[in-house]
Amino acid sequence: MMTDNKSILIVGVGGQGTLLASRILGKALTSLDYDVKVSEVHGMSQRGGSVETYVKYGEKVFSPIIKEGEADIILSFELLEAARYLPFLKIGGKVIVNTQKIDPMSVVTGKAEYPSLLEEKIIAKGAELTCVDALALAKQAGSVKAVNIVLIGVMASHSEIEKQVWLDAVVSTVPEKFRELNIKAFELGYGSAK
Amino acid sequence: MKELMLGNEAVARGLYEAGVLVVSSYPGTPSTEITENAAKYDEMKCEWAPNEKVACEVASGASIAGARAFCGMKHVGLNVAADPIYTMSYIGTNGGMVLAVADDPGMHSSQNEQDSRNHAIGAKIPMLEPSDSAECKEFTKIAYELSEKFDTPFMLRLTTRIAHSRSLVELCDRKEAALREIKHDPAKNVMLPAFARPRHVHVEQRMADLAEYAETSELNTVEKFSDEIGVIASGACYQYAKEALGDKASYLKLGMVNPLPVRLIKDFAASVKKLYVIEELDPVIENHCKKNGIEVTGKEVFSMCGEFSQRTVASVILGKTAESTALDEPMPVRPPAMCCGCPHRGLFYALKKLKLYVSGDIGCYTLGASAPLSMMDNCICMGASVSALHGINLARGEEQEKKSVAVIGDSTFIHSGITGLINIAYNATNSVVIILDNSITGMTGHQQNPTTGKNIKGEPAIAVDLEALCRSVGIDDVRVTDPYDIDATVDTVKAALEHNGPSVVISRRPCALLKYVKHNPPLKINADKCIGCKACLTIGCPAISVKNGKAVIDATQCVGCGVCSGLCRKGAIDDD
Repeated sequence: MMTDNKSILIVGVGGQGTLLASRILGKALTSLDYDVKVSEVHGMSQRGGSVETYVKYGEKVFSPIIKEGEADIILSFELLEAARYLPFLKIGGKVIVNTQKIDPMSVVTGKAEYPSLLEEKIIAKGAELTCVDALALAKQAGSVKAVNIVLIGVMASHSEIEKQVWLDAVVSTVPEKFRELNIKAFELGYGSAK
Repeated sequence: MKELMLGNEAVARGLYEAGVLVVSSYPGTPSTEITENAAKYDEMKCEWAPNEKVACEVASGASIAGARAFCGMKHVGLNVAADPIYTMSYIGTNGGMVLAVADDPGMHSSQNEQDSRNHAIGAKIPMLEPSDSAECKEFTKIAYELSEKFDTPFMLRLTTRIAHSRSLVELCDRKEAALREIKHDPAKNVMLPAFARPRHVHVEQRMADLAEYAETSELNTVEKFSDEIGVIASGACYQYAKEALGDKASYLKLGMVNPLPVRLIKDFAASVKKLYVIEELDPVIENHCKKNGIEVTGKEVFSMCGEFSQRTVASVILGKTAESTALDEPMPVRPPAMCCGCPHRGLFYALKKLKLYVSGDIGCYTLGASAPLSMMDNCICMGASVSALHGINLARGEEQEKKSVAVIGDSTFIHSGITGLINIAYNATNSVVIILDNSITGMTGHQQNPTTGKNIKGEPAIAVDLEALCRSVGIDDVRVTDPYDIDATVDTVKAALEHNGPSVVISRRPCALLKYVKHNPPLKINADKCIGCKACLTIGCPAISVKNGKAVIDATQCVGCGVCSGLCRKGAIDDD
């Protein structure tokens, strides 16, 4: 058992499936006898807005939330959201990002521009960045909705926790009729970062 | 066996284990999942009531009848339920009664930031505040024991971070609570002045007894690490303090936040050099300390506004700021928006075309206030769109009546819009009320309501006939429109505004996120026809953007509702 707690910040756009991802993470970590806290967002913020979910684990977790400079890993479902939440990353922490771009309304209506070269800018700030086209891999697995499971796969490949623990958590969380599809999505994500 | 549970889910488990029989609530973020999860246990009779007042009265009746009863709500729902609560305080309980109230510091999904501890003090009802999911379950069970022992309803206060965080919970079996005898006892249950006067004396004695109980209760705990810094906190704030300060401070954790102990706090205060009260929102504990001559530091260094975190505590007490990196440019904001295919979008676009004054209400459609639609002029509380519109029209007369509407969802209309509509009919303004009937309670995550034809378990139920209901209260002009058809909706609203007498327009189309709603294939832009005029952007659909001077539709988001194609003058939006 580690002495320091770990914090994983999952961010994305409401509707992308960040909640399910955090539940799978929670399940995997619980199965390893860690103390775990997962903090979710419900209600208005879920409607297409910027969403954040916190997963913290270790010997004993107090606060359920993650603040600036505290995340060991940021798992981002969308590029701009990774950049937005970068201040939450520990100095030198990991950022895993789905390179999919979803324009916020201010960009759609021309009031703002989608920032350019975000990948380079994130690296320039000292983050260890992993980019993955999770949308393409999800399509390859059979459904654009499997983006979250692809990203869990990527995340698993970066973690010290055994692959099977993650897979078991995925299998026991997703509906049975989508099991094969999700296992495929997980494997594609897991393999992508190698 | 330990399970990772939401705070709300753990409260539901607590209800189950405590042998609760009757659960009646109205949904409201961040409290909704308590009752949703309670409904999964067949041993409890659970329901969604039309509003919090009804729900609380149902629970009151069940308690009087000898059953353990529960009602859950968000902080503003407590205002709606306040009437029965302030008198149930006098009646007390037969079967135990617990009311869970979820506050929303930071207003993640609320219209204000009120602190429900003030209601507990006002109603003279004891209140517990858990700090994680395990305590959510345990405190719920303890509240039932104490409710019956002290003859009082109990309140359980949650905040968003406790209600919506998952942590580990040890599960136990249900212990059935036998129905207690239902008694003819008017002196206790009929609150006439003659009976209520002695009951008020009982209430004061009970609160004094509970204050004594608070001095030694295991709900309030001291953790001694430091003689320098002491912290008094409860709920999430206790967790923030522990994370920020660890063993650099000593802690008095208050699991019971009303009534508060005096001797316990004095003894703790005497054991440390500097004492902080860390509490979100109002200085309830702090004022109690100061009233009792205990020197504490509170709101002079901690804000009255917003949500705290371990960062707040670290920066205020230790002067420690975060080491972190931000990009050098501001990121475009991404506020919540109506979903793709949302039926409210077409309705608000029609109102925009008519350049109307819009009296708003609480629900997904409050997002109609956001750009680019920006079609909301006021929003107060549940049901206020209808009654406030009457007031607006009363104040300003016919000219205003011709250019104003109220918008209210189906569930909100049943909650407290119908009373406002009765007032419009009775006191006769030519007001136009638009009911946005999307066949579900949307914002809180799809709960059934009296208009949907299903109960909390999804079983068939009586459905309120909205047209007949409106007619029966005296509205002769009731019209129905499909908000996907913008031209028809514009015409319908216009006709209602021109009608001499009050009108109701029902804008009817199920929520696009409902599982049974079948979607059309995504639409495509014909780039040869598109002239890049951006007319299609005016509805604020997240699936449409403009790239290189031409409109583009994101096929992963578009559900083919077709509202945008009606906006395109060049016929550039195709469905093939």
